[in-house]
Amino acid sequence: MTDAIHIISPGSYTTVQDMGRCHAYHMGVPVSGSLDDYAHRIANWLVGNSSDCAVLEMSMIGAQFDVLCDADMAVTGARMNLRVNGRPCPEWTSIRVRPGDVVELGMAENGCRAYLAIGGGIDVSLVMGSRSTYVGGQLGGLKGRLLLPEDILPRGEGRLLNKQRSLPWVPLYPENIFIRAIPGPHDDFFRNNMDMFFSSFFTVTAQSNRMGCRLVGPEILRDPDAPQSIVSEPIMPGNVQVPADGQPIVLLKEQTIGGYTNIATVISSDIFRMAQARPGDTVQFIHVTLDEAHRIYRDWIRFLDDIKVLLND
Amino acid sequence: MTTNLYERAQFRISGDRSLLAAYGTGVDQAVNDKVRRMATLITNQKLPGIDAVVPSYCNLSVHYNPLKIGFSELRDVLWSLEKKLNKADIPESRTIDIPVRYGDEFGPDIDFVAQHNGISVDEVIQIHTCSAYHIFAIGFAPGFCYLGGLSSRLHAPRLETPRVRVAAGSVGIAGAQTGVYPLASPGGWRLIGRTPLRLFAPERPQPILYQAGDTIRFRSVSSDEFNHISKLEIP
Repeated sequence: MTDAIHIISPGSYTTVQDMGRCHAYHMGVPVSGSLDDYAHRIANWLVGNSSDCAVLEMSMIGAQFDVLCDADMAVTGARMNLRVNGRPCPEWTSIRVRPGDVVELGMAENGCRAYLAIGGGIDVSLVMGSRSTYVGGQLGGLKGRLLLPEDILPRGEGRLLNKQRSLPWVPLYPENIFIRAIPGPHDDFFRNNMDMFFSSFFTVTAQSNRMGCRLVGPEILRDPDAPQSIVSEPIMPGNVQVPADGQPIVLLKEQTIGGYTNIATVISSDIFRMAQARPGDTVQFIHVTLDEAHRIYRDWIRFLDDIKVLLND
Repeated sequence: MTTNLYERAQFRISGDRSLLAAYGTGVDQAVNDKVRRMATLITNQKLPGIDAVVPSYCNLSVHYNPLKIGFSELRDVLWSLEKKLNKADIPESRTIDIPVRYGDEFGPDIDFVAQHNGISVDEVIQIHTCSAYHIFAIGFAPGFCYLGGLSSRLHAPRLETPRVRVAAGSVGIAGAQTGVYPLASPGGWRLIGRTPLRLFAPERPQPILYQAGDTIRFRSVSSDEFNHISKLEIP
């Protein structure tokens, strides 16, 4: 374990995240983890890490920090004007840093959340099998909280890369977002409004966070004969919850149980698109069946495997 | 006899990686007990492709890996397990004892709860400690229990203005519900006491002391016992 990062300014909402805490739902502990798991994985692969290493997730405004050791770093996800010692550097590319270097990220110009990986991974303690920060539960990451100025983050053991790694393309996050979703679990409460849900545009609001992405748009109403309420039940990332005001909320990764009905559920390989949505962006949901979703999932895992191989070459 | 139990599980699709299996409807102890037993049975099978089982009031969620098991295959597995449920050796639900220091600074709203129900503070404590509270579900916050069984003689409205900070272990009443805050948080429940137990301790091998389907009993303790247990609970 080597001290690697000394935070000068943490940015607006910066936490340590890995692939999450997948086995604690039954204790009321949500999965947490990087909301954009696509950018998360690539950041790790660019510096030679396995995909489950912990990274920094930065929302809207990035961090400024001093580098304390020789290391490879990579920033992926939202474009935040990465600079090292004042010199602009590319994202989605590994960069070699040295002790004394100052790394700065600014306002997100495209996308919402950037991911910073360091060779060896951010090495905070494992809590219930994960390094992810769950701020609501005051656990994981660095003391269960957002990063603050003067925080020191260690990194794990890792070898420096033999050569620079770069993703051969730069993912962009569009302002008009198409998200594939499967009707349900409560599709039978919304039979009359299902077509409207899948044919309307919704706008992302500023009241969005790691728990959920709040949308405004045409009012999605329950069928008149549908039950007025449900007993609380387990929820999943991607569930599109429709409260009484008819304005959908796409649930992300910080809840385990909820008492609202869910008209549809975003497929797992599209949740990262929701995580990169900015206030004012529009979202349209594209109807897919469960079989289609499983085919997309298989293709997506294959695509990720291909990227991993490509970056390791 | 009316029952809310289904003859066999009904399924809902909750995305490409989970399904909801319902064993009945409503807030019903028989339904919830079947959920608990099915959750235990499914978890104990350690089936390939099943990542997690999350029980709630009348249904449970199964998280699965679609590369390893399909929806209809999983549904059939769950139906066949349900048929074996009565022969399966599943432990009875447990009763967990929660020591509580009632009143004073630990339960600043106990006088309100007493006055609101036209009873004495001692009666509040007596009624609160003599009931068994069934844990229908765990969620909302780590280790937070959705409990059934609060006597109608203790119902009390929430605070009009929630407190900015409620200490971990605070025991409260909100409407027809009672519960314990496992972590310090803002909160609007009427506080009647506090437990010195750490209900959620992520560093413990078992971070929580109970599981959904268990029963909680509260026990009134003195300041000395509260302090004694507090010292043992320091992480």
